[in-house]
Amino acid sequence: MASRAYACDHRDVTTTQPASEQDVQRSAGAREAPRFARRSDGRLVGGVSTGLAVHLGVQPLSVRITFALLAALGGFGVVLYLALWVFTPLDQTVAREQVDRAPAGVAAATRAGMRGRIRAARPGDLGQLAALVLLGLGIVGLLQNTPFGVSPGFLVPLLLAGFGVALIWRTADEKERERMAELVPNAPWLAAITGTNRTATVIRIAAGAAVIVVGVVAFLAGQGQLDATLDGLLGVVVVIVGIALIGGPWLWRMWRELDAERRERIISQERADMAAHLHDSVLQTLALIQKQAHDPRSVVTLARRQERDLRRWLYEDQAGEPASFAAALNRAAADIEDAHGVPIEVVTVGDCELDDLRRAVLNAAGEAAVNAAKHSGADSIDIYAEVEGEHVEVFVRDRGAGFDVDSIPDDRLGVRRSIIERMERHGGSAQIRSAPGEGTEVRLSTRKDET
Amino acid sequence: MTEQTPIRVVLVDDHAMFRTGVRAELRDSVQIVGEAADAQQAIAVVLETQPDVVLLDVHLPGGGGAEVLRQVHPKAPDVRFLALSVSDAAEDVIGTIRAGARGYVTKSITGHDLVAAIKRVADGDAVFSPRLAGFVLDAFAGGEAPSVDDDLDRLTQREREVLRLIARGYAYKEIAKELFISVKTVETHVSAVLRKLQLSNRYELTRWATDRRLV
Repeated sequence: MASRAYACDHRDVTTTQPASEQDVQRSAGAREAPRFARRSDGRLVGGVSTGLAVHLGVQPLSVRITFALLAALGGFGVVLYLALWVFTPLDQTVAREQVDRAPAGVAAATRAGMRGRIRAARPGDLGQLAALVLLGLGIVGLLQNTPFGVSPGFLVPLLLAGFGVALIWRTADEKERERMAELVPNAPWLAAITGTNRTATVIRIAAGAAVIVVGVVAFLAGQGQLDATLDGLLGVVVVIVGIALIGGPWLWRMWRELDAERRERIISQERADMAAHLHDSVLQTLALIQKQAHDPRSVVTLARRQERDLRRWLYEDQAGEPASFAAALNRAAADIEDAHGVPIEVVTVGDCELDDLRRAVLNAAGEAAVNAAKHSGADSIDIYAEVEGEHVEVFVRDRGAGFDVDSIPDDRLGVRRSIIERMERHGGSAQIRSAPGEGTEVRLSTRKDET
Repeated sequence: MTEQTPIRVVLVDDHAMFRTGVRAELRDSVQIVGEAADAQQAIAVVLETQPDVVLLDVHLPGGGGAEVLRQVHPKAPDVRFLALSVSDAAEDVIGTIRAGARGYVTKSITGHDLVAAIKRVADGDAVFSPRLAGFVLDAFAGGEAPSVDDDLDRLTQREREVLRLIARGYAYKEIAKELFISVKTVETHVSAVLRKLQLSNRYELTRWATDRRLV
């Protein structure tokens, strides 16, 4: 929860004079573009355009049109697209990398297949793809008679070969195949080129290879160099087959072994970490619980504290900056819960750094929670904090005994001095709503009282 | 309380001990018509028994609760799901709701509250815990819809107020009193937020989720 500090100043990043260098950095971070990755949803071919559009913050269609236009420049757009396809990771690959950095519980559940893929991939609009291809072809045709033009004797083989390459590459791109397979129920005729079984793959590769060969032959025949090339080609083919026969199996096995070894090492490290953590925390608590079995209240407190600790370890980001408001509030609530044995539920929206005024809010909230834990008799306390731009607002609520606000005795220093006066001294405000039998809610704000 | 027919519930969780505990807690209030311990079993049991409500664990062998939601939802749209999980990671909470669950509660919920949540989901309403409300406010932060138009990407002023009160720990009845509206209206607002959460493709929502590693 503490890992996102951008919420604090995403409103006023356009001020003419930045307050400090740190502020500038933070506001730059607030607009940081998402990492460039091929998108699995809404894509037409390889997800390159969609990914690029998200990265640059523009419409996917304009990126696609740019690629189509560039394609006319001697096929530059196509080559650029293919290069980006090969060298850019798919967003799901990025996501898988991120799983390793996820909180332990989430990562473990993901690895065990207990969470599943949450977002279903949406296929893009096939009509748009057709339109873009036509656009590219149209431009090529239009430039026919200019210096940028491409002759038909070159273009037709190129298109044939391109189609063959697409067929084969789809086989290599696993995600692409899954996506096509999902379309099959709507279009049974696609099954031959999308099926996941072996025969279909072989047919697909053979068809792709055949189309490429036809394209190459057509090109060479068009250039009148077919015979000479075939002779040279034969020699090359023989050499390649020889090399594959000698080195192939060996390379393949080495690759598999390396992969297996790496996996094993990661797993054993994870097991060691997990065992260490369980020993440090859970085992200790279990031992304490056995010793205190006669005292139900302390057993509950111990169990609750252990639960909170484990929960934080399993499901929350470890790399939260400790100086943030939300992190400090969570920690303060945890301390009060430990001291008074009343569960405190903390919900925060947004986050920002601590300054004097916010620290005052934090301390007043702590005081309010302590009061609730001590005097209200409620069996749980809710704290809700909202950070909006510069301003912080915190609500501390219990459903306990309540009291008459107008008759707070002067000796109840907690409420008067620690909460209301503290907030007013720092330029904020505090309001207390309570009635006997209806619980209490304390509202703390960094804004001056508007009422 | 005059109930004609008890609510029919299927219990899905991979821990047998937890199922036993919940079954004991719910015995008097609902009719448990089936149990399942993994995703495939859950899909089969739910499709066979057609219960009113499925209590669904989020972390489940065989693809998780999301997988069950994805497979059952198109075939049995009348079956409603209440997610029940020990995890309160943002990506699990929001992910399960976006997959089609009508509510999310943590396993530490008391038996009484759980029964209330089941009844609410069976009636077609949504169940938002304070934490879920906080996540939604966070995800939809910035920008309010100017009016009550059918804008999926923004929360109206009123929806925001309702969510804020839920996050502050108010029950629906208390929210109704606070805002001078009926409980039914509160439920309508919460259902509207649920719909937006499930259908919105808002860029910020995606980015918020990605920040919290929901992909």
